[in-house]
Amino acid sequence: MTRYPLWKGALLATLLLAGILVALPNFYGESPALQLSSRDRAAFDAASIAEFEALLAEAKIPHEEIFVDDDGRLWIRFGNDRQQLAGRDLIQSRLEGQYAIALTSASRAPEWLNSLGLEPMNLGLDLRGGMLLVYEVDIDGAVDQLLQRMERDFRKELRDARIPYEEVVVSGTTTQIRLRDPAQVAAARRVLLEYDPMITIVDGDAPGVLVASMTETQVKERQSFAIQQNITALENRVNALGVAETVVQRQGQNRIAVQVPGVQDASEVVRLLGKVATLEFRLVDPVNSPLDAERTGRAPLGTKLYKQRDGTPVLLKRDVIATGEQLIDASFAPSQGEPTVSVKLDSRGGDEMLRTTRENLNRPMAVVFIEKERELVERDGRKVIVDRDKEEVISVATIRGVFSNNFQITGLSAMEGTELAKLLRAGALAAPIAIVEQRVISATLGQDNIDDGTRALLIAAVAIYLFMIVYYKVFGVIACIVLTSNVVFIVAALSLFDAALTLPGMAGIILTVGTAVDANILIYERIREEIAVGASPMAAISAGFDKAFSAIADSNVTMLMAGAVLFLFGSGPVRGFAVTLCIGIVASMFTALIGSRALIHVVYGRRRRVERLAI
Amino acid sequence: MIEFLKQVPSIRFMALRKYWYILSVAIVIASIAIVFMRGLNLTVDFTGGVVFEIAFGEPVDLERVRAALDEAGFGDYQVRNFGSSSELEVRLPPAETGAAVGQGDRLMSALRTLDPGAELRRTDTVGPQVSRQLGEQAALAVLMTLLLVLVYIALRFRWRFGVGSLVASMHDPIVATGAIALLGIPFDLNVVAALLTILGYSVNDTVVIFDRIRERFRSMRKASPEEVIDRAINETLGRTIIVAGCALSSVLFLAVLGGETLRGFAVALAIGIVIGTYSSVYVAGAIALELGASARDFMPPEKRGEVDELP
Repeated sequence: MTRYPLWKGALLATLLLAGILVALPNFYGESPALQLSSRDRAAFDAASIAEFEALLAEAKIPHEEIFVDDDGRLWIRFGNDRQQLAGRDLIQSRLEGQYAIALTSASRAPEWLNSLGLEPMNLGLDLRGGMLLVYEVDIDGAVDQLLQRMERDFRKELRDARIPYEEVVVSGTTTQIRLRDPAQVAAARRVLLEYDPMITIVDGDAPGVLVASMTETQVKERQSFAIQQNITALENRVNALGVAETVVQRQGQNRIAVQVPGVQDASEVVRLLGKVATLEFRLVDPVNSPLDAERTGRAPLGTKLYKQRDGTPVLLKRDVIATGEQLIDASFAPSQGEPTVSVKLDSRGGDEMLRTTRENLNRPMAVVFIEKERELVERDGRKVIVDRDKEEVISVATIRGVFSNNFQITGLSAMEGTELAKLLRAGALAAPIAIVEQRVISATLGQDNIDDGTRALLIAAVAIYLFMIVYYKVFGVIACIVLTSNVVFIVAALSLFDAALTLPGMAGIILTVGTAVDANILIYERIREEIAVGASPMAAISAGFDKAFSAIADSNVTMLMAGAVLFLFGSGPVRGFAVTLCIGIVASMFTALIGSRALIHVVYGRRRRVERLAI
Repeated sequence: MIEFLKQVPSIRFMALRKYWYILSVAIVIASIAIVFMRGLNLTVDFTGGVVFEIAFGEPVDLERVRAALDEAGFGDYQVRNFGSSSELEVRLPPAETGAAVGQGDRLMSALRTLDPGAELRRTDTVGPQVSRQLGEQAALAVLMTLLLVLVYIALRFRWRFGVGSLVASMHDPIVATGAIALLGIPFDLNVVAALLTILGYSVNDTVVIFDRIRERFRSMRKASPEEVIDRAINETLGRTIIVAGCALSSVLFLAVLGGETLRGFAVALAIGIVIGTYSSVYVAGAIALELGASARDFMPPEKRGEVDELP
């Protein structure tokens, strides 16, 4: 009888049970569902569940479950696609415009699993179908845009200060200014630094020449602004698609990856995401009533009727003070404890703002967010491209002082402030982007991939199990249990870390089953060798594990290194392969060295005398 | 007890190493020659361009597909069956990136004249800047892995073994790449992943043998390095065959049942497992022996300092 510490066994059993529990939600599968979020960002509650129950019951559309998630969104799960679409049409027609409705799928796992926070693993686009778009942001172009604006503004500032110049030229990231009168160098320097205190100005190689350059930080800031701006703009448009579980994330230095699961019409998505946004600063009409204008459908002369984000109407003057092209930066930060959005305009916008604020102190000013959408429309039997504007007032604030190109918007909540800064940036002069990679996989191909992968996994596993049992008998059975728990651990780890399972990831699991037997085989062959040289059964087991350890450790570490490199350099699906491979290697070392030893103890350890091993 | 090898065999691997070298050098040269002569069947991942996968309701005649595409004004395209005779893969060269979507719509309207039920299952569009980067990353990944392996083996064993495993494991992806070129398997990102896995697998296999060599050098003090290495390889041969068999069967099931997307990946892995097993058994130990591996490599270091102080 060998001693095997009880705590070790208990720990193992607990780990395995935890693994099974975490992996469990994956075995229930998913059903089609609708995800609703209210336009005014209010959370749903129990009353709204009852309301939707009644609505669906009245229309005789069967559903499986209605629940509210942690973010206050309402989910309705259906038995099939048809019911899902019928449900969507019903809600759209009855409760028009109140909710953003997204087609999605929800786990069928029972309530108690969900309440433990356990969720099935994400499926990659190659398994669920969908679309991957990678945009490249032209960051050099973005810097050029800024330089050109600087050149224009320098000329204007110098003109306004009555400092005559020969030329203002941009070369590389510097701007060279040649003054007509070298005596005015100090004055020019002061004017330019007042325009932008961040730039550095040095004397040029000739008298009367100044060289202004952006600092490294400024260039970097402009580049990351260009990327952030595009990410925000893409996020807005992706959310507007009404698809759940979309992802917009930065990839590498200057790329943005957009994942849209389950969409069929690729051209539609590309078109919607390719919209151009801009801004307009306008004064609010303080005299006429926007409600009257909304009722009659006619705006008074010189004004235009807009809607704010919450739907209330507002009348704005026709004259535009500044546009998004003149916006240099917008950032959110609490200033003196109060949430503040700081806005920076270029010289032209600053001048206009100065004039307007001087004349309109204590009157409200609004910011309009405009998205231009290109649409292909049939007209007289021919297809024509039509630009259509979607306009929305994102901010109305009272002018509290006279200001020009730098000002603050206050009186917001922290959330509103962040949102406003984001939208302002999204509407600034856009850095050009281009699609550099695009992958579309239909939902049917995704399902086929899941089916093929699962079948290959099951059959490969059965073949290896049969071989192990025939070849190693009782020890083979132990190896099978160990291998199965290995797969459970991989699934549990993927679910826990929210990593996506891809098709190559499934291949990784299959390969893991094929190679994870290695550790077991090493141990068993060692035990056989020990028996062959006359060791007693229990001594053979002990020696087998001890002597196989260094080989298992060294060989798995090298395999793990290859996996880690794959993870670092791979992208998308290949990364999914690396993840399952690495988890599989770690899990197989653990299960083979510790798990199978415990099982062998269960089988042989309690007997008083072991004559021979079934190996 | 069922055993492949009833008793530990005593094959004299090392005595015959000249022949293994000739064989290895020959297949490596042949592999490189094949890759250069036939070229790799690079997919859009590395060339840039657009690939469409289309499923038809019934088997479709490639000639009719070509006729339909010609009529729709597609110039430079490639068409092949993908997996079955009712599925197609159409490949177009890199175009203006934004235009890819429009191409898909045009392609499908051309193909629906042949079969109204044709379904576009997959579109991959890769711009030239991405494909170049993917290629560079793949090459860098292979080099990184080799370097890491060399360092690790050199630390855990001795540098002679590090070089032995490096030579053996470099040999494997080269030969596998040659086989991929010979069979015309589409070379995509998944195949690169397979090559790296082959590298990992081959080293894994080699390390198991080296581990036994290390052990035997300690226990067989009197034996020559050649005998020790032969003994270690023979003792682990049973395990080597079983593990290779298990890994091979799992990737073969994947190749047959896992669908067209993963077929190239699975076949590449299968080739790699065979060649990786060969190189671990025949090449890795031999190189270490050639470089003068001996029991001294695994003994505690001699105290040289005292000797040096003598007059």
